[in-house]
Amino acid sequence: MLLIECPHCGPRNESEFHYGDQAHIARPEHNEGMSDQEWAEYVYLRENPKGLFRERWCHTAGCGRWFNAVRDTVSSRIMATYKTGEEAPIGADQEGGQL
Amino acid sequence: MAQKYRLPDGGRVNREQPLRFTFDGKTYEGFEGDTLASALIANGVRLVGRSFKYHRPRGIITSGVDEPNALVDLYSGTSKHEADARTTMVELVDGMDAKSINNYPSLSFDVGAVNSIFSKFFVSGFYYKTFMWPTAAWLKVYEPFIRKAAGLGHAPTVPDTDHYEKHYGYCDVLIIGAGPAGLAAARVAARSKARVWLVDDQSEFGGHLLTRGQTIDGMDSDAWIVQVRAELEAAPNVTIKTRAQAISYFDMNYVAIWEKVTNHMANPPASMPRERLYRIRAGQVIIATGSHERPLVFADNDRPGAMLAGAAETYIKRYGVKPGKRAVAMVNNDYAYGSILALLDAGVEVPLVCDLREEPDGALTQAVKDRGVPIKAGHAVVGVKGAKGVNGVKIAKLSEDGKSMAAGEKPIHQACDLLVHSAGWTPAVHAHCMARGKLTWSQDMSCFLPSEGSDANPNASAGNCAGQMDLAAALQGGHAAALQVLDALGMPAEGAPAASKAESDAPSSSRILWIVPGEKELGYGSAKHFIDFQNDSTAFDLKLAVREGMHSIEHVKRYTTTGMATDQGKLANLNAIGIVSEALGVEPQKVGTTTYRLPYTPTTFGVIAGRDIDDLLDPARQTAMHPWHVDNGAVFEDVGQWKRPWYFPKKGESMHKAVLRESAALREHVGILDASTLGKIVVKGPDAGAFLDLVYTNKFSSLKPGKCRYGLMLNEDGMILDDGVTSRISEDEFYMTTTTGNAAPVLDHLEEYLQTEWPHMQVYLTSVTEQWATATIAGPKARDLLTELCPDVDLSAEAFGFMEWREGTVADCPARIFRISFTGDVSFEINVPSDYGLHLWTTLMQVGRKYSITPYGTETMHVLRAEKGFIIVGQETDGSVMPFDLDMNWIVSKKKGDFIGRRSLYRADMSKPDRKQLVGIKTVDPSVVLEEGAQLVRDLKDKPPMDMVGHVTSSYESPACGRSIALGLVKGGLAAVGETLFSPQADGTVIELQTCSPVFFDPEGTRQNG
Repeated sequence: MLLIECPHCGPRNESEFHYGDQAHIARPEHNEGMSDQEWAEYVYLRENPKGLFRERWCHTAGCGRWFNAVRDTVSSRIMATYKTGEEAPIGADQEGGQL
Repeated sequence: MAQKYRLPDGGRVNREQPLRFTFDGKTYEGFEGDTLASALIANGVRLVGRSFKYHRPRGIITSGVDEPNALVDLYSGTSKHEADARTTMVELVDGMDAKSINNYPSLSFDVGAVNSIFSKFFVSGFYYKTFMWPTAAWLKVYEPFIRKAAGLGHAPTVPDTDHYEKHYGYCDVLIIGAGPAGLAAARVAARSKARVWLVDDQSEFGGHLLTRGQTIDGMDSDAWIVQVRAELEAAPNVTIKTRAQAISYFDMNYVAIWEKVTNHMANPPASMPRERLYRIRAGQVIIATGSHERPLVFADNDRPGAMLAGAAETYIKRYGVKPGKRAVAMVNNDYAYGSILALLDAGVEVPLVCDLREEPDGALTQAVKDRGVPIKAGHAVVGVKGAKGVNGVKIAKLSEDGKSMAAGEKPIHQACDLLVHSAGWTPAVHAHCMARGKLTWSQDMSCFLPSEGSDANPNASAGNCAGQMDLAAALQGGHAAALQVLDALGMPAEGAPAASKAESDAPSSSRILWIVPGEKELGYGSAKHFIDFQNDSTAFDLKLAVREGMHSIEHVKRYTTTGMATDQGKLANLNAIGIVSEALGVEPQKVGTTTYRLPYTPTTFGVIAGRDIDDLLDPARQTAMHPWHVDNGAVFEDVGQWKRPWYFPKKGESMHKAVLRESAALREHVGILDASTLGKIVVKGPDAGAFLDLVYTNKFSSLKPGKCRYGLMLNEDGMILDDGVTSRISEDEFYMTTTTGNAAPVLDHLEEYLQTEWPHMQVYLTSVTEQWATATIAGPKARDLLTELCPDVDLSAEAFGFMEWREGTVADCPARIFRISFTGDVSFEINVPSDYGLHLWTTLMQVGRKYSITPYGTETMHVLRAEKGFIIVGQETDGSVMPFDLDMNWIVSKKKGDFIGRRSLYRADMSKPDRKQLVGIKTVDPSVVLEEGAQLVRDLKDKPPMDMVGHVTSSYESPACGRSIALGLVKGGLAAVGETLFSPQADGTVIELQTCSPVFFDPEGTRQNG
């Protein structure tokens, strides 16, 4: 049971949250010109690194807000959480790397 | 009734308080403070169970949580029943009724023991090898036989009448285990500002000190425990729990603790739960879980009367019972001699000690020698006499390498009724490992010790479980661990006491023989070297598994079932790893351990369920009109968490008849449906229209206030997520409805896009499902009825068109009336604030009487909408259906630009002609109603396999059409409407059918528009 620091509410049990997979993937705005392959990559493919991972969470049973987290997928330790739209405070340049 | 094996004095039991209990129907007596195991020993009961596979007679081996044999079914009162209770952990209660397990027809005469004779065939992998074929025999022959023959205790047959609780807790320091290390740590932590929890599975604190008292800080350890406990009880920041077992350790120091609250009471107050589950989030955890004594693996080591040396000592010292009258000991270390001294002090005759060591040394060894007990160095017990209980042992000198008896050695016989043995102690590293900690093999100590921890779970191990095996080291270790975690928390202990002191044990030697040889080579003769007592796996099985190619310890475990019993290998695993490492010729570090799985010990279902049972398992949502439905005999259907009326049967009416009556009444007069459960979301803000254009396939920004529009919502993969009618309330406000089951997922979906993709949009989403109650009236008389109750809205078809809404007053309540139809008849959905819902409904029923108003449920609603070919998301769609598959191209806007799922609709795969598409289905015989889910074929063959081209999604008898109707998804169905298909049935018959338009009734829509 992870302890997740919601940037709006504070630390709460994982059971209050909903997982949203990889963060910082913008929905392509002009998708008409995209090939089927490119579009499928956006819809279906996500990274699955060993190490730091920037991922989305939603505080479903709390404030209902989406936010981002940097988690070490090896230990499951959450290194940081930050609001949607903000830069990752750590790990942005070492995603998939070890601590 | 006499407790023949009760010592005249000593022990921590209350001799003033005798308790009566029964075991297999026979009545015995014990004392308050006994465990069921110690009480059985006090009465000379040695045979307590049969083993799982061979049904070998078994006795008590341990005195704690690691006990593999002495499990019983516990009964008390009329309905309480606990299966597979561990007698060593069950506190004796007056009136307790225990029954042995794994035996038929009785414990001492067991039919299954014949398995023992055929044991040669029951080697490792036996299940895989023997029961492979024929396949059909598995279900009918093998499995029922195995289930009956094996299978531990009996599952309860009646509901548990006890109640259980759950509790969330938070602390800075959680200390697991209140032995010397845990108490030393708690003492320090109590002096800080940290909130401290100290938990222990026993009824009192002290851990192994309760068995072997020693001197601490110059005082008797009993006095030291009392003093420390008093300190802790006086500290306001410390919470202490006895009878509380830390069973699971989850990420980020989230620990589940199972407290037995009233199990030890004969007549607990009704207000108290039987057990309680604490879920504690701790800043730091100190693991002080001690160690388990390891059995020696010798020939017929499972005979009742063969017991761990430390367990024998515990029974004597803690419970004042002696487990035998004449004991032979076999040990390989000095510490075990302390247990032999306890036997001697209790008046147990000890004719000799076999010590595997060639040169036994150590202070305790010397003390036993001084008492005149012969110590036979380099000797071992090579055989055990007595099947239902030890009555003697065979003793022989071992060869130098310890692999066999010394050359020419003839075993000598020694009579005894107790055989105590010890191979040393294994640190209980379970919690450390559940917390993702790593282990390192210690060659010196022949065990795995905690090494690296996980930074996700800040903790420290102290005492025996950290390899601090003597009392002085454990006290020091607990003290140091507390200082360390308090430092990490930034909560220093003020005026912390100096570490408690005890005398260190002088170093002494040990000799590891993973297998103590018997008279014959392993696998020959009838003697067995058991590793896992409960699962009956032996040293021979392990070696066989390795020979057959299982080189990973995880494979060996599964092939032999070693460590897979309810004691989870607490006794077995280290011996198994040692034997496997020897067989493979590699270091135990290379072999590694199997995963330490939670829970640490079998946990009752009751405490896991807690109060989440019956009505409290899941919330039941009821509409404002629910009381009326109940009063009027509605049969309910669960839709998500909602209770919806399914149909309203008249007295003695079947569902089939009720649905025919309800739908006919609606088509002829007027029907009324409780539609309150539909999801309702207010979409408000300057960008509301633009936002809806992005989430629906069709355009909503162009919708005029006062108008309604049906919309289809897709996932980004182009598949249908939901549908529903959305109405424009004002320039910046829309009122969206969703399907009942999808209300929350749709809101989540919208929020996700709004927050993460389009945060610049000024839109607010509010769920108002619970705020509005909705009564839908439909049928030719609906307008007449509503006219009587609604004075302020012109309801004429000219003034109030189809797919429009009006604000007005209905039955004196403020209302929003929507002219939309899910039935194909003139229909008004009347929304009023929820508090008025019941009033609205009863008024409509009252005034509607003269129009023969008839309430209808979801089943009739389904029939009526199917007659019109309206889909239900989740019935006609299944996550692989997109709008074109439903022939709904008309609702997918080509002009408005992007929307969620749009790009996916134009992937190459979406235009394949053989996609499954929605068609209407008419059986050739109009009286035949297809099964929903029935498979359809184009090319009929005599027998399967046949190519399945589709399936039936909805199927009903339609009163309006006077025949059966169905909807289905058929490959390439749209281009071939009118084709003949077949539905082969399980009984070999075939139903012939033709596809058609999905709109069966009033295709022009004159009724709903009228």
